Amino acid sequence: MKSLEELKKLREESIKNIEMRNTDKDIRVVVGMATCGISAGARPVLTTLVEEVAKRNLGNVQVVQTGCIGMCTLEPIVEVYTADKEKVTYVHIDPEKAKRIVSEHLVNNNVVVEYTIGSAEKQ
Amino acid sequence: MKIFRSHVLVCGGTGCSSSNSALIKQRFEEKIKELNLDEEIQVVSTGCFGLCEEGPIVIIYPEGSFYARMTVERVDEICEEHLLKGRIVRKYLFDESAREEKIKPLSEVEFYKKQKRVALRNCGVINPEDISEYIARDGYMALGKVLTEMTPTEVIQLVKDSGLKGRGGAGFSTGMKWSFAAPNQADQKYVICNADEGDPGAFMDRSVLEGDPHAVLEAMAIAGYAIGATKGFIYVRAEYPIAVHRLEIAIKQAKETGLLGKNLFNSGFDFDVEIRLGAGAFVCGEETALMQSIEGKRGMSRNKPPFPANKGLWGKPTIINNVETLANVPQIILNGPGWFKSFGTVKSPGTKVFALGGKINNTGLVEVPMGTALREVIYDIGGGCPNNKEFKAVQTGGPSGGCLTKDHLDIPIDYDNLTAVGSMMGSGGMIVMDEDNCMVDIARFFLDFTVDESCGKCTPCREGTKRMLEILDKITEGKGTMEDLDKLEKLAINIKETSLCGLGQTAPNPVLSTLKYFRDEYEAHVLEKRCPAGVCQSLLRYIITMDCKGCTKCARICPVGAIEGKVKEIHVINQDKCIKCGACMDACTFHAIIKK
Ligand SMILES: Cc1cc2nc3c(=O)[nH]c(=O)nc-3n(C[C@H](O)[C@H](O)[C@H](O)COP(=O)(O)O)c2cc1C
Ligand code: SF4
Ligand code: SF4
Ligand code: SF4
Ligand code: FES
Ligand code: FES
Repeated sequence: MKSLEELKKLREESIKNIEMRNTDKDIRVVVGMATCGISAGARPVLTTLVEEVAKRNLGNVQVVQTGCIGMCTLEPIVEVYTADKEKVTYVHIDPEKAKRIVSEHLVNNNVVVEYTIGSAEKQ
Repeated sequence: MKIFRSHVLVCGGTGCSSSNSALIKQRFEEKIKELNLDEEIQVVSTGCFGLCEEGPIVIIYPEGSFYARMTVERVDEICEEHLLKGRIVRKYLFDESAREEKIKPLSEVEFYKKQKRVALRNCGVINPEDISEYIARDGYMALGKVLTEMTPTEVIQLVKDSGLKGRGGAGFSTGMKWSFAAPNQADQKYVICNADEGDPGAFMDRSVLEGDPHAVLEAMAIAGYAIGATKGFIYVRAEYPIAVHRLEIAIKQAKETGLLGKNLFNSGFDFDVEIRLGAGAFVCGEETALMQSIEGKRGMSRNKPPFPANKGLWGKPTIINNVETLANVPQIILNGPGWFKSFGTVKSPGTKVFALGGKINNTGLVEVPMGTALREVIYDIGGGCPNNKEFKAVQTGGPSGGCLTKDHLDIPIDYDNLTAVGSMMGSGGMIVMDEDNCMVDIARFFLDFTVDESCGKCTPCREGTKRMLEILDKITEGKGTMEDLDKLEKLAINIKETSLCGLGQTAPNPVLSTLKYFRDEYEAHVLEKRCPAGVCQSLLRYIITMDCKGCTKCARICPVGAIEGKVKEIHVINQDKCIKCGACMDACTFHAIIKK
C-alpha cells in the first residue's frame, strides 16, 4: 500500500458488495419472485437491479425480493418504495427496463411513467 | 468485484461453531448450488453476533432476517422459500423479531437496542477472513491517516485526549502508557497485544479476534508508529484455535496487501506482527509474566518497576495492551476523541464489552456505553434470570472481582464505581447468580481457581490462598466456626496487601465481597450448619414429611439403610447414616421426601 488514495480506491470497490448488509435505507426496490415472477423472467431483472445499484454506489437503496404480489399476468413486477412518496409499481420489466428505472427513477428521481402499472392498464 | 444480490451470514464464532454452524454453512452452499443461485448469493462465515444463547445464528441480507437456533434440516426450506422465492420463513426467525405482524429489524430487538458497538462494530458484520470486507468498513484508514498526516506525538496526544483506558483490567490510560515508551531510545521496541484472556467465563477478546482480527493488527501498527516500535507480538492462548487461525489469515492478507511489512504508505515505517501461543496459565495474562513466557521462560510475575515501557520484552521498551483496548484505537483515530467521549462517563469514556453468563436468559456478548446501569445490562439486554428465579448477585471482574447485590443494580458501570463497592471492572466477565446459588460456594469456586493458578513465587499468594481455601472447605462442610470467619477476613486483607503481583493482590476479592454482602449466608453455614441455597452437599438434609404414606419404597432403595419405619407409618431418615445420594427422593411417588 503506497498511499491513502490507493486504500480509498480499494475501499470504494469493496464497499459495493458489503453495502447490502446495512438495512437502514430510504428507498426499497421490491421484485416479485414467486413462481410466476421467476418464469416470466424476474431473476435477471433482480440481478440487474442489484448490479446497477451497486455500480452507482446508491447507498440508500435496498433491493429485495418478495413472494407473490398478486398480479401474475403483469410479471415481472418491480415496486419502488420511497419514504415520502407513494409506491410506484412497474410491470413487465426486463433487464433493459430495469436499467432505466435505476438511472431515471432511483438516481434522478424521475418516475419512468411508461413502465408503470397505470400506463399498462390504459393500453 | 462480484456483486451478489443476497448474503447469507452464518455465525462462525466459537459458540455457534460448537453447535455445528460449519455444517449449516456447508449445507447452504450445497443447496444454493443445487438451486443454481451460487452466482447470485454469497455465503459468508462471520464472527460472533453476540446472542450466542440463540445460536447457531444466520442472518440473511438485504432483508436482515435473523434466523435463530438454526439446524442443518432447516436450511433447504429457507433456501427454497426465502432465497429462491423471497418469502421469509417466519417460523424460524428469532422469536422477538417475528412476534408482531411487521418483522422487527435486528437493531430494534431488545438485546441489541441498548448496545453501542465500537470494539465489536465489525463482529458478525464482515467476513473476518477477507481483508477487503474490513477495508470496506474503513479498515486501515486510521493507519493510513496516522502514517501520512500525523506525527507520533500527535497520535499519542489524540489517544490521551480520548480518555481511553486499558480494557484488560487495570484501567490505566492508554495514551499515558504509550507516552512512557515513546521517548525511550533503543535499537528495538515492541508492541504486545495481550490476548491471554484467562478469566473463567470471559470470551470478549476471543470474539474480537474471531470476528475482526484486522482491527487489532491495525491498532498494533498505529501503536508501533506512536512509540517507535517495528515489531509486534500477539500473545494468544492455544485454546483459541479459531481466533489463532483467523489471525494467521489476517496477518498473511495484510502482508500481501502491503498493510503490514516494510515502508507502509510510503512513510518509511515498517511493522510486522507475529503470533505467540500461550499454554493457558492465568498468571501469564499478567504483563511481566507474559513477557517472560514470550521469551521462552516459565511465566512468572516480577516486581515493577522496572515497567515494561522502560525494560520490557528482552529488556527493550515495550507496551502491552489488551485486545479490546486496541480494537477501539482505529475508531478513535478516525472519529476523534470528542466522538469517543460522547458516550460513556466523564472518567471512563467509551464502551465496554461484557461476556454475560450464569443464570441469565441471553448469555452472550454485549457492548454498552460506560455508565450503563447493571440493571439495564442484566434485565433489558440480558433478559433477567431464567425460570422466573429471583436475582441474587452478579459477579464482575472474574477471579479478581467481587459479587454485587440487588442493592447495586442501579450503579452506573465504570472503573471507579465498581471498585468503590468492592468489585472490579476486570476484563468484563459478568456472571449472574440467582436464588439457587450459594455465595460461599461461589467464593470457593473462584478461590479454588486462583489457588490452582498461583505461580508460587511469593508466599502470601501461594500459601495464604491455600489456607483460605481450607477454611472455606471447612465452612461448606459445616465444620466452620465464627473465629474462622474472622480469620478468613484477616488473611484476605493480608494477602491483598503483601502479594507480589495482581493475581495475589486481587485473589481474595470474591471472598471479601461475599463476606461483606452475604455474611448471613456464611453464618447460616457456621451457626445453623445449613446452606440456604441448598448447594453445599454435606449440609443438605433429606427429610420425610407428613405426606409419607408408609409405602416402604424409600427404605428399600436406600443404599445405606438409613431409612426406618413400619408399613403405613411415617418413615424417618437417620441423618447420621444418610450419605445424601438423593435416591429416596427420586423414588418416592408421593413427593414426601424433601431436600433442605
Ligand atoms: C493475574 C493477572 C491476569 C491478567 N490477565 C489478563 C488477560 O488475560 N488479558 C489482559 O488483557 N490483561 C490481563 N491482565 C492485565 C495485564 O497485566 C495488563 O495490565 C494489560 O494487559 C494491559 O493492557 P491494557 O492497558 O490495554 O488493559 C492480567 C493481570 C493479572 C494481574
Ligand atoms: S501473587 Fe501469586 S501469582 Fe503473583 S507472583 Fe505471587 S505467587 Fe505468583
Ligand atoms: S417412599 Fe415416600 S411414601 Fe413411601 S415410605 Fe418412603 S417417604 Fe413414605
Ligand atoms: S439420600 Fe440416599 S442415603 Fe440418604 S436416606 Fe435417601 S437414599 Fe438413603
Ligand atoms: S405469483 Fe407472481 S404475482 Fe402472483
Ligand atoms: S458465537 Fe454465534 S452468536 Fe456468539
